[in-house]
Amino acid sequence: MLDLRRNKRLPFFIVVFIAPGALIYSLFMILPLLDSLRLSFFTTSQDNRELWNGLGNYARLFSDSDWAPRFWGALRNNFVFFSIHMLVQNPIGLLLAALLVGKGRARGVYRTLLFLPTVLSVVIIGFIWQLILSPLWGVAPGMLKAVGLGSLFRPWLGLSQTALITVSLISVWQFIGIPMILLYTALIGIPDDLVEAAVVDGCSPWNIFWRIKFPLVLPTLGVVAVLTFVANFNAFDLIYTMKGALAGPDFSSDIMGTLFYRSFFGQQLQLGNPTMGATVAAMMFLIIAAGVLAYLFLWQRRVQSYQL
Amino acid sequence: MKKLVAIALVLAFLAGYGAVFSQAKVTLTIESWRNDDLSIWSDQIIPAFEKANPGIHVVFQPSAPAEFNGVLNTKLEGGTAGDLITARPFDASLQLYQKGYLADLSSLPGMGNFSPVAKSAWITDDGKHVFAVPMASVIHGFFYNKAAFDALKLSVPQTKAQFMAVLDAIKKDGRWVPLAMGTSDMWEAATMGFQNIGPNNWKGEDGRTALLKGKAKFTDAPYVKTWKELAAWAPYLPSGYQAVKYPDSQQLFTLGKAAIYPTGSWEISQFEKDASFKLGVFKPPVDKAGDPVYISDHTDIALGMNAKSAHPAEAKKFLQWMTSPEFAALYANALPGFFPLSNAKISLKDPLANEFLSWRGTSKSTIRNSYQILSRGEPNLENELWRVSAAVINGTLTPEKAATEIQAGLDKWYKPGK
Repeated sequence: MLDLRRNKRLPFFIVVFIAPGALIYSLFMILPLLDSLRLSFFTTSQDNRELWNGLGNYARLFSDSDWAPRFWGALRNNFVFFSIHMLVQNPIGLLLAALLVGKGRARGVYRTLLFLPTVLSVVIIGFIWQLILSPLWGVAPGMLKAVGLGSLFRPWLGLSQTALITVSLISVWQFIGIPMILLYTALIGIPDDLVEAAVVDGCSPWNIFWRIKFPLVLPTLGVVAVLTFVANFNAFDLIYTMKGALAGPDFSSDIMGTLFYRSFFGQQLQLGNPTMGATVAAMMFLIIAAGVLAYLFLWQRRVQSYQL
Repeated sequence: MKKLVAIALVLAFLAGYGAVFSQAKVTLTIESWRNDDLSIWSDQIIPAFEKANPGIHVVFQPSAPAEFNGVLNTKLEGGTAGDLITARPFDASLQLYQKGYLADLSSLPGMGNFSPVAKSAWITDDGKHVFAVPMASVIHGFFYNKAAFDALKLSVPQTKAQFMAVLDAIKKDGRWVPLAMGTSDMWEAATMGFQNIGPNNWKGEDGRTALLKGKAKFTDAPYVKTWKELAAWAPYLPSGYQAVKYPDSQQLFTLGKAAIYPTGSWEISQFEKDASFKLGVFKPPVDKAGDPVYISDHTDIALGMNAKSAHPAEAKKFLQWMTSPEFAALYANALPGFFPLSNAKISLKDPLANEFLSWRGTSKSTIRNSYQILSRGEPNLENELWRVSAAVINGTLTPEKAATEIQAGLDKWYKPGK
């Protein structure tokens, strides 16, 4: 292997290899990101000039009687959205992965079927679920009635108490394939001799899973958690598709992504406010960055990885 | 050498041809977001104008509705925009005028053919400069299923009491959903509910201008009353209406499963195509029989002139023609449900459109009260009206609370008379 430490200077060919990617990434990702962060410290005057505003936009976002309830509401909803994914999507993903490990044609079919929603367009997912849950033409009311639970049906997507949970569960349904496939690959990567040794030692299947397999997939579970975190705090499309930019009723399904969209691009008669939009985007960036750093320093350094 | 000569010849020919062409005909380009109307403009409207004005050639050049504002701004900044510009109502166009992109048309002779309400969407706040020729408006009202009304021997309600009695009768019969509307998309609650039945309470323009002048507040009786009336609709809406969206209610009605549909004239052509039963329309009901009726006759689309147009005289000629009854009749018949704003008397072929249009003679027109000036600040009044109107119907907000929240939001930034 090439020892880079002996050469003080970075070898030229490495620069050549890195340059295209670094250039494109800087130009299309880092620069806009920095510019958007810069924009969050400005405000626009009547005649469309940018004026320095210091932390004014942030103060407004956190304390203004109009912005603050929206921001804190969206943040709280976003944490609910994330918790539901962590509590429902990832454990079920692990369960499905554990069930899929093994041989047989049925498992292959199920693996494909369970992963299928993940590759479908969000717009299709939104449309299908709205149709399923529709109080007018949905199959949900009929199915509940068929098992004698018709009185339990509610227009879940339309009620402020249930809209966010319903949307979260639909998102879980769509993305369950990701933790499932990641954990599945981690599980099939566990050498058979470890399991066999445990069987010889008289370990029950339950104990084999929790004492041997689970600690070995724990690093993957960490990756799944951080991926869920990033995806959830960037989420926007599913809620926009089903509930619109106003994320109703009464902002009950409003998350950071929809708040950003509304602030930046405007909505109906509301003209977009690019500087406040950039402030919301900056907060999203900070939250995601904080989450990822916490993962890197608090979790990844402590969790034990085993060389198999 | 031969090649060079040939190229020179071709160039000379092109130059000569171009010169002749430009002398003979001036080409005007219309920027628009109405790409649905392309054939109507190029097959019906423009040929009629060109026949009367042989020296002018007009091209209708629409872009996609969602991209229009962005595309237009870029073209205006780059100086490549067309001579005539389709104008959205209120602030979007006002901004273009203030930046000097739209020409002042106050002195256009035909402007006298339009009422102040018609011009209100394309006028400066002080009312002195008009910058677009109003083209069309949409009128709010209620569609009803004539078959359902006949079967139940119901007559068209004129008063609010009759309206509620009709709803009761339909609900009791059970074959139809009394009112096809949902609150999931929220804008229906505000636009087809609040702005549809409200003008009768706040006396149309009187109430709207009083709000603008700060002499009336959303906490006043007419507004609270409007929300109370909306809240009373809830039992007559389809079950699970909180999750019912706009296309759902449209289908519910055109499939013949609902009896009444609160909406506006823009649905005419679609409904006439989809519904297999006879359609009727009625005005928003009033308190007592004989009370004056106020309708929401909302200004929606106009045509302005690019201030930097190379052919201002010809562009004005076209705009002048647009103020004529001839244009009004052409446009209104091509697009039933979009009504010309001119005062000229025109006749429409579509019976439903005619019915809507006849209301202008028997009732007073106003526009949606959140569109002029009041939706400039934060929180945005229009968005807030969507939110509270839906919440009032959902029963999660009282009408009084809705009124206080709306007024508090407006008070935060709107200080009339200061």
